[in-house]
Amino acid sequence: MSTEYLQEVADADYKYGFVTEIESDKAAIGLDESTVRYISAKKKEPEWLLEWRLKALDHFLGLLEKNEKPEWAHLAIRDIDFQSISYYSAPKKKPQLDSLDEVDPQLIDTFNKLGIPLMEQKRLAGVAVDVVMDSVSVTTTFKKELREKGIIFCSFGEAVQEHPELVRKYLGSVVPRTDNFYAALNSAVFSDGSFCYIPKGVRCPMELSTYFRINEAGTGQFERTLIIADEGSYVSYLEGCTAPMRDENQLHAAVVEIIAHEEAEVKYSTIQNWYPGSADGRGGVYNFVTKRGICEGRGSKISWTQLETGSAITWKYPSVILKGDDSVGEFYSVAFTKGHQQADTGTKMIHIGKNTTSTIISKGISGGQSQNAYRGLVKINRGAKGARNFSQCDSMLLGDRCGAHTFPYLEINNPTAQVEHEATTSKVGEDQIFYCQQRGISETDAIKLIVNGFCKEILAKLPMEFAVEARNLLAIELEGSVG
Amino acid sequence: MLDIKNLHASIEEDGTPILKGLNLSVKPGEVHAIMGPNGSGKSTLASVLAGRDGYEVTEGSVSFEGHDLLEMEADERAREGLFLAFQYPVELPGVSMSNFLKHAVNSTREHQGKDPLSATDFLALMRENAALVDLDPALKARSVNEGFSGGEKKRNEIFQLAMLSPRLAILDETDSGLDIDALRVVSAGVNKLRQPDRSFVVITHYQRLLEYIVPDVVHVLLDGRIVQSGGKELAIDLEEKGYDWLREETGVPA
Repeated sequence: MSTEYLQEVADADYKYGFVTEIESDKAAIGLDESTVRYISAKKKEPEWLLEWRLKALDHFLGLLEKNEKPEWAHLAIRDIDFQSISYYSAPKKKPQLDSLDEVDPQLIDTFNKLGIPLMEQKRLAGVAVDVVMDSVSVTTTFKKELREKGIIFCSFGEAVQEHPELVRKYLGSVVPRTDNFYAALNSAVFSDGSFCYIPKGVRCPMELSTYFRINEAGTGQFERTLIIADEGSYVSYLEGCTAPMRDENQLHAAVVEIIAHEEAEVKYSTIQNWYPGSADGRGGVYNFVTKRGICEGRGSKISWTQLETGSAITWKYPSVILKGDDSVGEFYSVAFTKGHQQADTGTKMIHIGKNTTSTIISKGISGGQSQNAYRGLVKINRGAKGARNFSQCDSMLLGDRCGAHTFPYLEINNPTAQVEHEATTSKVGEDQIFYCQQRGISETDAIKLIVNGFCKEILAKLPMEFAVEARNLLAIELEGSVG
Repeated sequence: MLDIKNLHASIEEDGTPILKGLNLSVKPGEVHAIMGPNGSGKSTLASVLAGRDGYEVTEGSVSFEGHDLLEMEADERAREGLFLAFQYPVELPGVSMSNFLKHAVNSTREHQGKDPLSATDFLALMRENAALVDLDPALKARSVNEGFSGGEKKRNEIFQLAMLSPRLAILDETDSGLDIDALRVVSAGVNKLRQPDRSFVVITHYQRLLEYIVPDVVHVLLDGRIVQSGGKELAIDLEEKGYDWLREETGVPA
């Protein structure tokens, strides 16, 4: 009986599947030079950025022609017709960024429904929010307060206009436009995203958060985020994502780049809840994302924490290049898949500097007929004397039609390195559920308790406001047909 | 309180019959001991009463406080006041004792139409009951049974019994794996929990436990049936003579 129930912990309703009727500008379907020129012109970009995009496009089209899509992941991906997507969509009424009063009320309503308060008086305590709908950033809150500390937090498009020197210096410095198939695509057609610069010695006084929403049908979302933490600074950054329920697959190919200078610390948290598709596997977002940070300076630290519950397919490996001596990289992940979802996620920790340290803790939970893979690389370069890594990958199976896979890769080129790897796979035991039931706890609550217990150490890494959201999200995901 | 009539149960997977016409009647406040050799069906009886999956009741009835016990799901049985102290308590990594018991206690309270306990009352209750079996109060932050020693696990079962205040408690070989000191602590805890409206069914291999938890009735389970019942002297007889004489007397094959 329990096994059947576990197999049915699949069809939780997706709460965020509504569509907003909002007028929008869309680029013509298809991808060629004119698409890139259209986007660049729409955003009034300088010539150098257009050139940069065109080179990326050239590289991408070359890969596409040779059909060099990444095939190595443990994923079954239907052929994507890159010529049948619209690469740009923007809500038509362009909001005045200075005044929230002029934001389209429909938009405010949308984000209220998602529980994202745009009105600052109703804000989550101490969180500044940048909101990206389809291809553009629609509003950023708390700009003024941040500006006083010299912190720049704005949409990518705005950063290109107002801080071109910073964008030009860092764009593509961590994820080059030729890095991989989807990064090349993003570099050609990225539309908006968030930009963040924390000046020397400044501790950002609030969480910075970007909320991504795909609304329009037949479009892709290609945002680009760039975070620069100057010497001795600190920032905690969070992104959240949702999308309407649609029968077709929607493509999301983002790039995130983080640069941490000497003694700087960046904590990047993600709650990813893109539409996962229907219970029988129709529709859903293809989430192909390249996220990478570089610990450029000595003693710097980059920490990725992610809760991945959405998307039909997830392909992402938030990574850290540990270049500065004594720098620290961390990756904490919970990936929950159900229904027909597929996830291939993990991290790369590249140790270059001396005495660099990395920690990887990954928890995969698979239910329904989903497939959940951890894939990680720990690479210790020849010069990385005294490098240390600890990796732990735990998988939990709900039912017996799902799969959990672990693909750890180790490349160690320095004999002084210390690398530890632990992996476990467990099935939510009927004996565990029975034990809870025998104490009066219902089966549904028992599974929630057990799964939450399994993820506890990761959820504890999320900023407090979002830890609650994350636990609720997990609970919603676990609501099965019972109760 | 508990009325078992002609209970037949088999293993669901292969149909092997284990219980073959078991009768047992327990009145409020009584302590019944069930003894028997390995394979006689003692743990199956505990599992069937608590509602564990994997067994099929093919005949007979079980009435608990006037309700048809076999109609209820395992969690409903627990909320109705049936408690099982596990022979092998299960570990729940990452689930703290306090969170676990809060869910358990409040589910039962809700079922009884009571409000959930306040955090203060709950913690006070935990402290009080932990002291009953000499458990470190710091255990509330630890994960359920994870890293507990064998003795701690068993004491933890009795602690949970105290927290949930059931009408009927079944102790499934609670003495197994306990040294004499732990056995004393566990038994003293159980004795303090004896009440006129609470009954116990104590399943054990050895007479030793019954020196500490003195039963009102001792039953001998052989080949899925109770073949003999008597006072506590019966337990002593069994300790001395084993089960073979009963097999001969009752015609049950070894």
